[in-house]
Amino acid sequence: MNRTAISTAALAIAAAGLPAPAGAQMEQFIPANFYWVGPYAASGTGFAAGILDYFAMLNERDKGINGVRLTWEKCETEYNNARGVECYERQKKKGPTGATVMHPLSTGITYSILEKATADKIPVISMGYGRTDASDGRVFPYIFPLITNYWSQNTAKIKFIGQKEGGMDKLKGKKIANLYHDSAYGKETIPVLDVQAKKYGFQVTHIPVPHPGNEQQSQWLQIRQLKPDWVILRGWGVMSPTALKTAARVGYPRDKIIAVWWSGAEEDAIPAGDAAKGYITAGFNLPGTSYPVMQDVLKHVYKKGKGEFEDPSRIGSIYHTRGVVAGIVTTEAIRTAQERFGKGKPITGEQMRWGIENLNITEARLKQLGAVGLMAPLKISCMDHEGGGPVKFLQWDGKAFKPVSDWVPTDQSIVRPMIEASASQYALDNKITPRDCSKEK
Amino acid sequence: MDFIFFLEVLAGGLLAGVMYALVALGFVLIYKASGVFNFAQGAMVFFAALTYASLLKLGMPWWGALVATLAVMVVLGVAIERVVLRPLVNQPPITLFMATIGLTFVLEGLSQLVWGTQPHNLELGVSDVPMESLSRATGINISQFELFAAGVAGILVAVLAVFFQYTRVGRALRAVADDHQAALAVGIPLQHIWAIVWAVAGFVALVAGLLWGARTGVQYALTFIALKALPVLILGGFESILGAIVGGLIIGATEKLAEVYLGPMVGGGIESWFAYVVALLFLLVRPEGLFGEKHIDRV
Amino acid sequence: MLYREAGQFRSSYAEDQQIFPIRQDRIGIALLLVVAFIVVPLVGNQYWLSAILTPFLILALAALGLNILTGYAGQLSLGTAAFMAVGAFMAYNFVLRMPWLGAIPSFILAGLCAAAVGFVFGLPSLRIKGFYLAVATLACQFFVLWVIQRWGWITNYSTSGVITAQTIVLFGYPIATPAAKYLFTLSIVAVLALAAKNLMRSETGRAFMAVRDMDVAASVIGIPMMKTKLLAFAISSFYCGVAGALYTYTYLGTVEPEAFTLDLSFRVLFMIIIGGIGSILGSFLGAAFITLFPIFLNVFSGWLSHLTGQDISHAVISNLEVIIFGGLIIFFLIVEPNGLARLWQIAKEKLRLWPFPH
Repeated sequence: MNRTAISTAALAIAAAGLPAPAGAQMEQFIPANFYWVGPYAASGTGFAAGILDYFAMLNERDKGINGVRLTWEKCETEYNNARGVECYERQKKKGPTGATVMHPLSTGITYSILEKATADKIPVISMGYGRTDASDGRVFPYIFPLITNYWSQNTAKIKFIGQKEGGMDKLKGKKIANLYHDSAYGKETIPVLDVQAKKYGFQVTHIPVPHPGNEQQSQWLQIRQLKPDWVILRGWGVMSPTALKTAARVGYPRDKIIAVWWSGAEEDAIPAGDAAKGYITAGFNLPGTSYPVMQDVLKHVYKKGKGEFEDPSRIGSIYHTRGVVAGIVTTEAIRTAQERFGKGKPITGEQMRWGIENLNITEARLKQLGAVGLMAPLKISCMDHEGGGPVKFLQWDGKAFKPVSDWVPTDQSIVRPMIEASASQYALDNKITPRDCSKEK
Repeated sequence: MDFIFFLEVLAGGLLAGVMYALVALGFVLIYKASGVFNFAQGAMVFFAALTYASLLKLGMPWWGALVATLAVMVVLGVAIERVVLRPLVNQPPITLFMATIGLTFVLEGLSQLVWGTQPHNLELGVSDVPMESLSRATGINISQFELFAAGVAGILVAVLAVFFQYTRVGRALRAVADDHQAALAVGIPLQHIWAIVWAVAGFVALVAGLLWGARTGVQYALTFIALKALPVLILGGFESILGAIVGGLIIGATEKLAEVYLGPMVGGGIESWFAYVVALLFLLVRPEGLFGEKHIDRV
Repeated sequence: MLYREAGQFRSSYAEDQQIFPIRQDRIGIALLLVVAFIVVPLVGNQYWLSAILTPFLILALAALGLNILTGYAGQLSLGTAAFMAVGAFMAYNFVLRMPWLGAIPSFILAGLCAAAVGFVFGLPSLRIKGFYLAVATLACQFFVLWVIQRWGWITNYSTSGVITAQTIVLFGYPIATPAAKYLFTLSIVAVLALAAKNLMRSETGRAFMAVRDMDVAASVIGIPMMKTKLLAFAISSFYCGVAGALYTYTYLGTVEPEAFTLDLSFRVLFMIIIGGIGSILGSFLGAAFITLFPIFLNVFSGWLSHLTGQDISHAVISNLEVIIFGGLIIFFLIVEPNGLARLWQIAKEKLRLWPFPH
């Protein structure tokens, strides 16, 4: 390598380490640490587009939040913990008040930055993934597994199965297979399923699929032997379409397969072709472009050529609207914080934490936002960092996901005790004193 | 019922093994002719499948897309040989191996850059659901697709075998694989031969890509198939085409049987390492693989 | 002119056998150590300390381990990440179950556990060579990860399998700030690097190199094959195990199997290839390159899009980064197959003559 290349490289690296020049002061900086390459790029690009499109729409339509424009900078994490940590460290001091909030979009990265973010006073929103016991806000003040965590959505699934069977009492004696991705993410729901199996009397069999999951012949043959009434698909990436195709090959009816939302997007159904028809997925957001907020995104962002997607057919897909929901949650929290700490000024991470903890998106507010039906109303509190959001079930008909149920509430009576037990164990292990929510304002 | 189930698992394993063998064939071809262990074969499979699926999506008819993809793979193969391997001609094998890993990165990035990150569905017109007649008669579920894949693999192996045994180019390839210097001395144009080999490997990658893509959908995870082909190569020997098939069948069958019968005893998921351990144990007994060439070390 | 050794006389065997016989080298290393130990923690900002220098040091240690095995002893191994995982998880267990041990003994024990695993998976090397051995080590990689995922005890029966690492305490002083973590890592890496250098200059190192060059001839002249190869595996795995423990405690802060996938093994292998096989310095140079380059590309592309004002889709940018990274590896292998360490050697040789041309 010649000298000039080395010296340019050295200069650039040095420049990267320097603090960013002080830009306009009326800006709210939000890091966009997502993944645009690798095996999960389809999901990462969808979500990133959703959240950034929403921010762009607010900037265009409303000039930001009470005059404070939203800014962001992208950093590629490749769904890799080490890169996620590096992106976090690089972005956390940018902007006039530092990074406002982190959306890691990866359970592994959430775990890795958990303690750092708490120490740096930057809230982490792990919407629909992440550390489940962080739902107990007394032990994890800065972590927010919003809307629904893994255990809650699992209880909603069992409730839905119960509904389909004609009542929770009809679950007794039924067989459910839990086909999960052999990773930390996949194993999360094993305990809550075991607890529910004991409670309702059904038999659950856990079958792991080794990463990456592009071969499931043996697993599905086992399922065929087992003849379960329902299969819960807890996949990620290529595991999901392979599961559907293999299910078709062994002759298991797809409409008895209920997937997690990380297995329930267009990117999971389309590669499986006809084999995917009829499978059901849980979701906390719905797809589509008919919602007024999506129409606004189209009008203010895509028509002006500022949209993130190059392929317009992806607008309104599940990951896209999931990103929009993340955008809504983030900006509503900023708004809430501004009400308390000063309208029209950028807020700090600590203030944002308060904003998220006191978030209350009512049905009326959803109507104002133009997102009725896109997501359910959400209320967060010090005790409950999740929001206990309900889950809707969608079915793939070959072209799109259509809702086949109402909003099914989760069963907190099962989930909450487990969360509190796990959180207090964490507090004990790490010598953390849980907050007293009644004393906080 | 249990015996029928065993047959089914066995059949499924054999057919999975055929799919592995298809990928392993590409490795064997290149190793046979140039001694390079082409780790980028998995990325080539992905690239081929993605190109085909994307061309189809753009509206080309299937035979047009096939021809176009074939052309692209041939050009890619020749380009790889020219740009990456020729400058590295006398380097130790590990350097070449690392170069192919670097190549994997380039191909993966290129595929997603050119064709996007969305996964695609690939329909070959052969259905992948169990054949009714067979399942009613014997209770075994085998789909048309699996027989089709087995047939394609068989034809491919036959064609390659004929190619190597009876054509001039094939004989030249075997000469080059045996001894580069001697082949040069006899007047065989080394560079042309290597270009041809890479082009043929590209073609094999295309076939493997189409079949795998039809089975699991075309997405990034296709590149991981290369990892499954490694135990096949070990079992069959790095230089043998027949070995790739036999090795594939053995690995596929044992892996699936182990997962179904042994897996539940230890918590499942043993597929991730079982093939490798089998290959390892096999190596301890027969270090060159079933059909590999014995290595004579001179001191 | 600067690098002349004229006038430097060595009057004892000890002086003759130093690692750095030339005075300028000694001054250079002393300066480097002063900068690394004293200057950097004082002036370094948190991003550089915790996101760049610490991972660089940890991966350099892992690369050192792999270099001992592959570079010096010639046994190609793709199981580096598995050994790191063993070290990480065992360190976690030692700190959890025997907190009275202290940080350093826990790490040493964790390294020894990794060495034991390396010993077992090194057994095939007695029969198998070259690429076949690489595939055998892949068996190790996948098997170890599977065991970690299945065996509840090792993750303390955590539901998710992702465990948050505790804060380690060194002689009563908790290692919690980025500067403390950096210094802790630096000390361990410096000591182990010195040990590795001396080991490779000793009889063991010569035995390793003999096995690498021609193992049949080595056994003919009396070097015990089994002992040498297994020792190489054990030592290399020890280094990788300690690196894995550091990776968890001073960098990521969590320990999970997904952090130690095949991808990491390949990265470490890249480091030694690009840095220079069979060279201690090469491990460091390679680690620096592989750690810094993707970040540099990422930042540079961000710069570029700011400068040109163009909003290129980030997917394009990220994919270009991957392509450039792969391309650069190939380029390196073509241009300098002996790695950066060789470039450094050439530089030093030229420096000896400078400013004269010959």
